[in-house]
Amino acid sequence: MTAATTNTRAVPESAWTRLRRRKMAMFGLALVILIVGAAILAPWIAPYDPFEQKFDGLTMFGEPLPPGGAYVLGTDLLGRDLLSRLLYGARTSLIIGVVANGIALVIGTVIGLTAGFFQGWIGAILMRFTDLMMAFPALLLAICLAAIFQPSLWIVAFVIAMVNWVQTARVIYTETSALAARDFIAAERTLGASTPRILFKHILPHLVPMIIVWGTLGISTTVLLEATLSYLGVGVQPPTPSWGNIIFENQTYFQSAPWLVFFPGAAIVVLALAFNLVGDALRDVLDPTLRGSD
Amino acid sequence: MLDQTNTALVRVRDLQMHFPIYSGLLRRQTGAVKAVDSVSFDVMQGETLGLVGESGCGKSTCGRAILRLYDITGGEVTIDGTDIGQMSQSDLRTKRPTMQMVFQDPQASLNPRMTVEAIIREPLDEHTKLSAAEKEAKVGELMDAVGLNRRFAKRYPHAFSGGQRQRIGIARALALNPKFIVCDEPIAALDVSIQAQVVNLLEDLQEKYGLTYLFISHDLSMVRHIATRIAVMYLGKIVELAPRAELYSDPLHPYTKALLSAVPEPDPAIAQTRERIVLQGDVPSPANPPKGCNFCTRCPAVMPVCKDIEPTYQEVTPGRFVACHLFETTGTAEKTAGYI
Repeated sequence: MTAATTNTRAVPESAWTRLRRRKMAMFGLALVILIVGAAILAPWIAPYDPFEQKFDGLTMFGEPLPPGGAYVLGTDLLGRDLLSRLLYGARTSLIIGVVANGIALVIGTVIGLTAGFFQGWIGAILMRFTDLMMAFPALLLAICLAAIFQPSLWIVAFVIAMVNWVQTARVIYTETSALAARDFIAAERTLGASTPRILFKHILPHLVPMIIVWGTLGISTTVLLEATLSYLGVGVQPPTPSWGNIIFENQTYFQSAPWLVFFPGAAIVVLALAFNLVGDALRDVLDPTLRGSD
Repeated sequence: MLDQTNTALVRVRDLQMHFPIYSGLLRRQTGAVKAVDSVSFDVMQGETLGLVGESGCGKSTCGRAILRLYDITGGEVTIDGTDIGQMSQSDLRTKRPTMQMVFQDPQASLNPRMTVEAIIREPLDEHTKLSAAEKEAKVGELMDAVGLNRRFAKRYPHAFSGGQRQRIGIARALALNPKFIVCDEPIAALDVSIQAQVVNLLEDLQEKYGLTYLFISHDLSMVRHIATRIAVMYLGKIVELAPRAELYSDPLHPYTKALLSAVPEPDPAIAQTRERIVLQGDVPSPANPPKGCNFCTRCPAVMPVCKDIEPTYQEVTPGRFVACHLFETTGTAEKTAGYI
């Protein structure tokens, strides 16, 4: 054996190449692109103004119009076009589902990782604080926070992040403390590896699957939390549409106008599903122990 | 292996590793598990010191405490002239290259998300400033040294067998040219057929690089094969330490006798004539060890004094240490004699 024989395996395929082979992941990615595209292009593709109460948007008896006809998905209680409102609402919901959820993930991961790795008094303080946040009614806290700050989309996103990081922190904490006790971490310590190196090179990569799963699960949770806040008057302010507040505005009329709840509900499900498909595939593709099994 | 210069590379004095037990509403410390309790021994330059004992006697904890994977409760550990017992973990990092460890479970001790190459390169990344090409060359050399095919460098640990994985772990331990390696049951997780290969590899490497081993094992036959001297542990203490031949031919401590009588004898004729000493009862809890000698609850030769006074660990004949009242000399002069 000579040094020349070192590199005999083909160049490993990139994660993207392996991701591209997964049909479901590609389907999910297409959905994500579709939703993001729709949100960005809303002013150009929306058939009507989402805020305008159309003169012909209600029946003679003042009832909303069912899907079909000039208003493809029907109109809402005030005679506004539902499709246009959904397209504009995608902007709000994406910002909440991606940004708020992303901030919550980062906070949860940092706190869980720190507490799980260092344990001791740092861990005790951080986790007691997390428990406190968990025990405190999230909605009440969100209402308090939203009442203190002027409600705007970004403040709502921040408020949602503040109440949504706790579960992630708990899960990451448990996983980190289990990982920190594993032998390969002890091996790193005997090698004299620095703490940042152990944390970021050896523990964090093992947490990625969990972070991805919690991230995708968090999308529907945060979108619905925003809807709850809107309903209570401290979320995104009407008339700005969001998928969540469309549902809440109309839920009492579910029996007579089911489409007003069905379409935004379906949109939330599709958004969560799309991210879930992509996240799931990413988790598999990034795990070297599963390589070759697809 | 036999070119001992009779200088101690590792000196362990009164090493204590107690794990606190917290209980009650206020999580107050109510006791401690004395996993390692006042253990003293030397490991000579170039030798293999075998550390044997049953499960839970504290032998692995002892090995890990010596490398300061724990913050030790008390005692001194001097490796290559430096007392590392109370050194801070950050100062310790610069001393790490001298002392390395081979772990029991090669599956658990290798990061499953790293390639073999990255695993072996890890210590080089941490402690050296070599260029990428030099590191690659060094990784190749190490793989050759432990008998791994260089073509497998880009594979992940799960693609290897147990024996190969242990070779990866050994290559990683060797990367920084250590002087002292703690082998923590390196063969316990392997098939019998592979065990011999790994032990032979460890012996070859010892000869080649002049390594000193602390070989922790519960496999008495394997320790007999590899060790120069052997220390027997029971419930956190060393009960006997002797050169290999003496220990196997003439064990002094009653626990050593019982332990050796449990080794399977391949020859049925000899097995028939052999007397098997079966100890009664269970090992007491290290959180609540008995008064006096730790072994007094199960010792076949127990005397009244054993239940009262702890025997001193002392040299009874040159090179042989025992902690037992049966061999306790009346004078106190020997008690202060140095440990070897």
